[in-house]
Amino acid sequence: MSAPASPAETGGTNYLNATHGIGSWLLTRDHKRIGILYLLGISVFFVLGGLMAVLIRAELATPQGDLFSSDVYNRLFTMHGILMIFFFLIPSIPAVLGNFLLPIMIGAKDLAFPRLNLAQLVPLHDRRGDDVRVAPDGRHRHRLDLLHSDVDELRPGQVIVTAVGIFVAGFSSILTGLNFIVTIHRMRAPGLTWFRLPLFVWAHYATSIIQILGTPVIAITILLVGAERLFHIGVFDPKYGGDPVLFQHLFWFYSHPAVYIMILPAMGVMSELVTAFSRKRVFGYHFIAFSSLFIAVIGFLVWGHHMFISGQSVVAGAIFSFLTMLVAIPSAVKVFNWTATLYKGSISLQTPMLYALGFIGVFLIGGLTGVMLGTLGINIYVHDTYFIVAHFHYVMVGSAIMGYLGGLHFWWPKITGRMYNEFWSKISAIVIFIGFNTTFFPQFILGYLGMPRRYHMYPAEFQTWNVLSSAGATILGFGYLMPVVYLLWSLKFGAKAPANPWGAKGLEWETSSPPPVLNFATPPVVTEEAYAYETSTPAKEVTVGV
Amino acid sequence: MLPNSPVFPPVSSTLASKVDLLFFFTVGVSVLFSVLIVATIVAFLVKYRRRHAAETGQEIKGNTLILELAWSIIPLGLVMISFFWGAAVFFESSRPPADAWSFHVYGKQWMWKVEHPEGKREINEFHVPVNQAVKLTMTSEDVIHNFSVPAFRLKMDVLPGRYTTAWFKATKTGTYHIFCDQYCGVDHSKMVGKIHVLEPQDYQKWLVGGASAGGAVATGGELFVAKACNTCHRSDSSARAPILDGVFGKSVSLADGRTVLADESYVRESILSPASKIVQGYQPIMPTFKDQISEEEIVQLIRYIQDLKPAGAAAAPAAAAPAAGGKS
Repeated sequence: MSAPASPAETGGTNYLNATHGIGSWLLTRDHKRIGILYLLGISVFFVLGGLMAVLIRAELATPQGDLFSSDVYNRLFTMHGILMIFFFLIPSIPAVLGNFLLPIMIGAKDLAFPRLNLAQLVPLHDRRGDDVRVAPDGRHRHRLDLLHSDVDELRPGQVIVTAVGIFVAGFSSILTGLNFIVTIHRMRAPGLTWFRLPLFVWAHYATSIIQILGTPVIAITILLVGAERLFHIGVFDPKYGGDPVLFQHLFWFYSHPAVYIMILPAMGVMSELVTAFSRKRVFGYHFIAFSSLFIAVIGFLVWGHHMFISGQSVVAGAIFSFLTMLVAIPSAVKVFNWTATLYKGSISLQTPMLYALGFIGVFLIGGLTGVMLGTLGINIYVHDTYFIVAHFHYVMVGSAIMGYLGGLHFWWPKITGRMYNEFWSKISAIVIFIGFNTTFFPQFILGYLGMPRRYHMYPAEFQTWNVLSSAGATILGFGYLMPVVYLLWSLKFGAKAPANPWGAKGLEWETSSPPPVLNFATPPVVTEEAYAYETSTPAKEVTVGV
Repeated sequence: MLPNSPVFPPVSSTLASKVDLLFFFTVGVSVLFSVLIVATIVAFLVKYRRRHAAETGQEIKGNTLILELAWSIIPLGLVMISFFWGAAVFFESSRPPADAWSFHVYGKQWMWKVEHPEGKREINEFHVPVNQAVKLTMTSEDVIHNFSVPAFRLKMDVLPGRYTTAWFKATKTGTYHIFCDQYCGVDHSKMVGKIHVLEPQDYQKWLVGGASAGGAVATGGELFVAKACNTCHRSDSSARAPILDGVFGKSVSLADGRTVLADESYVRESILSPASKIVQGYQPIMPTFKDQISEEEIVQLIRYIQDLKPAGAAAAPAAAAPAAGGKS
């Protein structure tokens, strides 16, 4: 059982009403306000990226390229990918929920480097402006994450613009990681030992390691692309004697670990949701914590599985396949441990828990198809087909967004001090789950039929499955719109949230909703493990006022 | 389901049924695991649903280490089966059999060009005989492409500046899709073709029909003269360069002590970058032919060199075996 709500700060000053005016927000050093700014920014880009997805699915409802020209279609899926990956998925959980919660969860007043935290926000928003401005001009055809440094020599200018944007944004990613690692090492509350940390914190620790080690590689690659374009130094472009496969190596050396930047924080959210809504200590705490680190480390050694048919040697293919298989184990361990956590729990199916269950459903499919793709004999066939598209949407969109939305619904009362409508939020969780699967499951079938990805037009026999997928996208679109409405509604009309509406454990539930500027009325002291639901009687006074 | 909406692709090569079997195995294991986990979760949700607001979970006592190890090791065993099985299929798919006929494929924005062993050429259409192993040596004239035939479960990147190989043995006559699977620019989705699998006699009929291209070997021989290769590389010259008769498919000793197999990639490299691998006993005097010769011309030269019989042994059958040094 959770301790009763903390001493009344409700109604008094909190981080939202302590200061007023645009300037107090834009120049804030408060990690909570910075988290809110990120929330606003990435929400706008999620809507834009989503609109592009709708247009793509509309085009693919018929085999002919009848809605857009090939040029426009290519730009749409390129911008959809860039916006969703770099502007939404990578910053989503770490920059919004991580920024807001990480210091509170460890009982700190702020992150270790608050000014740095604000500084990293500036390039992120700045380069977003760049990229979106470029898009409607039609100059933005090149897509760094799609591995064709060599394709797009027709209009070289736009590549440089994107490259600069992503290069600058890379610093944002590195600085976030650095800030989190230092904060977790140096600013934990008295009594909060490493193995008392919430698993959300462990997941962000693992993510931060990837951000610090991986991002410089993409920065170097971008510099090389720039040097090649500007000075015609042959690095990647065969025209100047370069090797385009080298670009693939460097690109995937960053971009495979980047997949774990998206999924590990969602796994961290999962551990919080499953424990809170079954009111039970997490099963296998150490296994979940270390599986995150194991994924972070091994994630750096599997990039070659994107290149089994790129002319790399068969021995290299076999080694990368073997290492890829190893990633399946820590992922499976997490799923088993969450399932076991439910055993003998007190399970409540409130909205965040529905998202958590949805996560397990889509992650099972995404993860198991990942094993299929890591299997050489299957990969050589389904590579670059819709099977891949379906797989990574199941992991990066299905799982990561389920985690993000679950977390957002879980901590919304804490962040805003308001409760949202329980009925509509449950409906939306169900609609999103159905819409998502209707959109992407048919794409596995299309992929095994052989439909290549990034095709503007396709043979007529693939139409049935494409129509089904487009219909699912419509459902999914409505599912995503619903939270926008009822969450905004709750800001004005929602009931005031108590400090701990879920009866959950964790330092963030010991302070008021919304928290005061310095997070706690008195600095907390921790005397028990994370998720000590069952044994809470002897150690009831977790924090406040010790 | 509309008519003509398949749920499964045609199975039309020796590789296809092997890939499918492996696929069904992994799907089967995955479905089994998913059903077990989902059923367990649903059972827990019902059995341990919260009955009153203040209820908490009950603590689990006892040693859970064995459980953790079990659900780590069992999946590890299963993915290892998948790994070894997958690697076996992959290795087989990357080693063309010794009796494979050799075709060349060129990708360029946005079309496929195919050259038959006899020199006949096609664009976006590809005729092959059934039950005959076919080896593809592929290169791109511009960006990275990918040659894919779903009915054969065949797929390989086609790279600029080097050769990649793939092979298949079609098992059913019919017409199947060729796709480019690697995004290659604006008209990526138009870089498609058809592959026609014919009965052997129909293939022969098709070969002799239509305009004949005259044969790559003959064209290569003309090029060999036109590019003045013959002034150094023939036994009747003053032999300032290695004699090429009968060299193809053999090991060659290099000046730096290494040996290299004289295959298509080596001949191509020697034409474009002659100083890279100098044959023992010769000087690096050959100029590069980079930017002076097209990819198709290089292949014609390779065909010609491949056809050169060892001097004085023109009738010997030893030269029959082509480059592929596969152990059967």
